Amino acid sequence: MYTQALNTSDAEDRHVEDAARAGLFQARIDAEERIEPNDWMPAAYRKTLTRQISQHAHSEIVGMLPEGNWITRAPSLRRKAALLAKVQDECGHGLYLYAAAETLGTSREELVDMMLAGKAKYSSIFNYPTQTWADIGAIGWLVDGAAIMNQIPLCRCSYGPYARAMIRVCKEESFHQRQGFEIMLTLSRGGKEQKSMAQDALDRWWWPVLMMFGPPDKASQHGDTSTKWKIKRFSNDELRQKFVDATVPQAQYLGLTIPDPDMTRDEAGHWVYSPIDWEEFNQVLAGNGPCNRNRLGARRKAHDEGAWVREAAAAYAAKRSHRDVAQAAE
Amino acid sequence: MVNMAAASIQISETPLVLYVLRRADDALILGHRLSEWCGHAPMLEEDMALANMGLDLLGQARELYGYAAKVEANGNDEDKFAYLRDVGQYRNLLLVEQPNGDFARTMVRQFFYAAFADLYWRAMMRSSDATLAAIAAKSEKESAYHLRHSAEWIVRLGDGTEESHARAQTAIDDLWAYTGEMFWLDDRERALVDAGIAIDDASLRAPWLKTITNVVSEATLTLPTNNWMQQGGRSGRHSEHLGHLLSELQSMQRTFPGATW
Repeated sequence: MYTQALNTSDAEDRHVEDAARAGLFQARIDAEERIEPNDWMPAAYRKTLTRQISQHAHSEIVGMLPEGNWITRAPSLRRKAALLAKVQDECGHGLYLYAAAETLGTSREELVDMMLAGKAKYSSIFNYPTQTWADIGAIGWLVDGAAIMNQIPLCRCSYGPYARAMIRVCKEESFHQRQGFEIMLTLSRGGKEQKSMAQDALDRWWWPVLMMFGPPDKASQHGDTSTKWKIKRFSNDELRQKFVDATVPQAQYLGLTIPDPDMTRDEAGHWVYSPIDWEEFNQVLAGNGPCNRNRLGARRKAHDEGAWVREAAAAYAAKRSHRDVAQAAE
Repeated sequence: MVNMAAASIQISETPLVLYVLRRADDALILGHRLSEWCGHAPMLEEDMALANMGLDLLGQARELYGYAAKVEANGNDEDKFAYLRDVGQYRNLLLVEQPNGDFARTMVRQFFYAAFADLYWRAMMRSSDATLAAIAAKSEKESAYHLRHSAEWIVRLGDGTEESHARAQTAIDDLWAYTGEMFWLDDRERALVDAGIAIDDASLRAPWLKTITNVVSEATLTLPTNNWMQQGGRSGRHSEHLGHLLSELQSMQRTFPGATW
């Protein structure tokens, strides 16, 4: 009881102090200053960012799987090398983002364990299968294109390590996006089978990609505080609209048809898309997408089968430092 | 476009074309094997490293295929060599086509090959063939890294836990018989050695064994006493594994003959 009592009075003091700090903190945010790891920050800010950055990292790592599915079957050596390099970049993004998340005080191991336990989310898009080679083009063009729309504003995010990570990630993503578009262009200029492969990929990825921007603004859970803290600068619907407006002309250039026959253009020049099937999105988030079990299963398998390797590395490092100490003592 | 599976190509196999294809095939097949790990490695750092080594090897393969195509001057190119030859036309070492198995097996395979490739490319920098000497200069730097990385893992696994030690030892025992082929030369290669184009692979065996022995002993592991060596890859006689690898690697090109990707 003693410690609890102490904690209570402590907490009260902290509360008063925190209110003052929170005011200063928000003033810094409003002045567009970057928050750095050792700066004071509200617990909720830390929690929100830890969640967002780690989800982003998990998405990069799980995202290796659908594309990795085609590395061994890429149709030319040039494509094979480019795809392997791209998936390797994603792994690099994952590592980089886990490091950014760690600056907020949670270790990579804990974050990964939460993902493997199914307690942390990753982008719903990676729960769809890559059936044909054209899916590799569609992922680069559409999925990376959507990711860039989301991530460019994050380069100005109030949390310094995340903002800096995003600058580097965005550079690589835009390269991937061009690569994906170029695959689609080659297919759409190719034979009949190749063109229909490209159209089929667009048909399957279009709606799930629109869902990547998250629930409509009227239903979004995290919008308000994230906006106040300048983690988020545009709403889900704003970003989705930007993406659609940018992508429709690209599809036209490819000679492909967006699978939304009722799409119209409004007076302001925006493309107005049909209602999104949010039930599908909710089902994928709830674990019922076509590949949820596969993706998590593959990550768990890699983690479990790699346990003995990580243990060996740790055991060797321990022996080594023991020997170094012994040698130094001699 | 004729709607049938793409047929295999014919190759005008001069000694130099054959020689270059053999080395290109080593790099492609091992690079492909490493790429199979992508997304499934024991830790993210190894996902990066395995992909890195795979990319180096793919790059080497592409340069070598490009050179073979130029020397052959028969309308073939890197993709035709890679995607339109059958098992019997592939000339890679049996070692590099062996399945990944567990991480210890992948690393022992890499270590055996990289310890050879490091010496091989360094020696090939003196080739009288300017293209091969240039490819060697680039590949040597990559192989040196592959050797360092894999050797460090052999030591960690051998001197790590009881389990990792046992797995590393099993991998060494199982793969040892595929190492002899690296030092084997046929008459056609002998002629290239005499012309100063190729180096005598047999001369690399002693320094290779020295590297292997040092690392294996630091790892508290042992080399097998059975020194019977398998061979056949260099003349197109492969293990059962290569056919499966190729059916995956070549599936798109075989299914859509003549398409550009």
